[in-house]
Amino acid sequence: MSKQHSTLVELKGSAFTLPVIHLRTFDLVGIKTELNERLSQSVSFFAHAPVVIDLGELKDTTLSCDFTKLKQLLRDVKLIPIGVYQCPEILHPEAIKAELAILKNGVSNKKNGSNTKSTIKQTSTNKVQVKIIDKPVRSGQQIYAPNGDLVILSPVNAGAEVIADGNIYIYAPLRGRALAGVMGDTTARIFTLSMEAQLISIAGHYRLFDEDPPVKVYTNSAQAYLEDKHIIVTQIP
Amino acid sequence: MSKVIVVTSGKGGVGKTTTSASFATGLAMRGYKTVVIDFDIGLRNLDLIMGCERRVVYDFVNVINQEASLTQAVIRDKAYENLHILPASQTRDKESFTIKGVGQVINELKDSFEYIICDSPAGIEKGAIMALYFADEALLVTNPEVSSVRDSDRMLGILHAKSKRAIDGIEPIKEHLIINRYIPSRVESGEMLSIKDIQDLLGIDLLGVIPESEMVLQASNAGVPVIREEESNSGQAYRDLVGRFLGEDIPLRFLEPEKKGLLKRLFGT
Ligand SMILES: Nc1ncnc2c1ncn2[C@@H]1O[C@H](COP(=O)(O)OP(=O)(O)O)[C@@H](O)[C@H]1O
Ligand SMILES: [Mg+2]
Repeated sequence: MSKQHSTLVELKGSAFTLPVIHLRTFDLVGIKTELNERLSQSVSFFAHAPVVIDLGELKDTTLSCDFTKLKQLLRDVKLIPIGVYQCPEILHPEAIKAELAILKNGVSNKKNGSNTKSTIKQTSTNKVQVKIIDKPVRSGQQIYAPNGDLVILSPVNAGAEVIADGNIYIYAPLRGRALAGVMGDTTARIFTLSMEAQLISIAGHYRLFDEDPPVKVYTNSAQAYLEDKHIIVTQIP
Repeated sequence: MSKVIVVTSGKGGVGKTTTSASFATGLAMRGYKTVVIDFDIGLRNLDLIMGCERRVVYDFVNVINQEASLTQAVIRDKAYENLHILPASQTRDKESFTIKGVGQVINELKDSFEYIICDSPAGIEKGAIMALYFADEALLVTNPEVSSVRDSDRMLGILHAKSKRAIDGIEPIKEHLIINRYIPSRVESGEMLSIKDIQDLLGIDLLGVIPESEMVLQASNAGVPVIREEESNSGQAYRDLVGRFLGEDIPLRFLEPEKKGLLKRLFGT
């Protein structure tokens, strides 16, 4: 018996949160160098991640781009480019030829103030979320707060890993690894009531405390933030 | 209502089997019908420590595979009639363990026993997961050293992720910390983690501290769980621990370095 309506396939609209690459140039060599640099520090987060190429901040006046080459370049750093966003109309045929989808009506939460040639930021149709954890995060466990901040009310033990796209607030000792702003937010910060971390990372820049311990703030309330690509750890208050 | 209690740690050689044997014996001494199951397939030694290795005919795997009934496999202790042992298999491999099989055995044991103690193998592999899967409570055995505490921390995470209670989303496993092989003089000299250090790191309730003692090995070799050695520090510490588990208010003992008397100092120990 053949069925009247197919139940094997269904097409539905869904909202996904995807990393977005903002291109400010079509200089493929420059893009490549910078991507390699940025991704080498956060490889695992972006490995095989689908990405959208945002051309809204393009600075070049001479608009021409080999999308096939661009696509290959992104593939080389283990990203899966799926489409272009804010793409100038004259480039649409090129994009389609390279099998990149033309995306419309995205809601971007990008911030201003960066002048690098390409950055990775988060685009989302959801509002910023806060994830709250009230149990100890133990060795071998990993907690990730996509899209927002992570608040932890109990200790993060050695060997545990806490990760957020935004800030991380730990109202207890931090003895494990904390990675804030993993989608590239350089303004993200990490706060804890007792700084005993193994590793602190912000926007891909990291500091291993075994090698480089912040002696003065050790076991004190502290915050970590990024300044000139360096992680600064200071006591609070 | 019977209770399933796993004795676990992550790390090997920290005293899980020693603790399982003494804890089960202690509960039986207090009059509770207790069975202790050896989950350490291939490395069985609970029956040795309990002094019943010669009476093993059938084992846990035989029961799971329905080659023997529980009545055939469970051994009754000679000294305490409430105490029973379900030995591990010496020859089979862990593949015999399935959630269904282990679950059936534990359910059947619940009909006859008030406490079911599961002696976990080391590691975080199948055998250890099976031992903790059905647990209502857990005894975390830790030695006062960083690596052992780290492993216990990891095991606590696994209890929260992989146990039946966690998967069913019901009230989580109740966790108790046991610090074993504690040497007060070495804590005083800073070579060993203190009780406070360990509690700060793990953040769970302390059920007992068992001092390092030669009697443990001697008792094991004799096939007598150390809790039955009334003179020994560690035996007494295990009795206190069982009392605390049953809700009694018993202060910790044996936390200070022993003052060596003049005679001992002159003639050694
Ligand atoms: N409190 C203690 N004092 C001295 N030796 C101990 C103590 N607890 C355990 N041991 C010894 O440590 C070894 C490992 O103990 P066991 O209970 O078999 O550990 P596990 O089951 O965790 O592998 C045994 O030789 C045992 O006699
Ligand atoms: Mg053992």
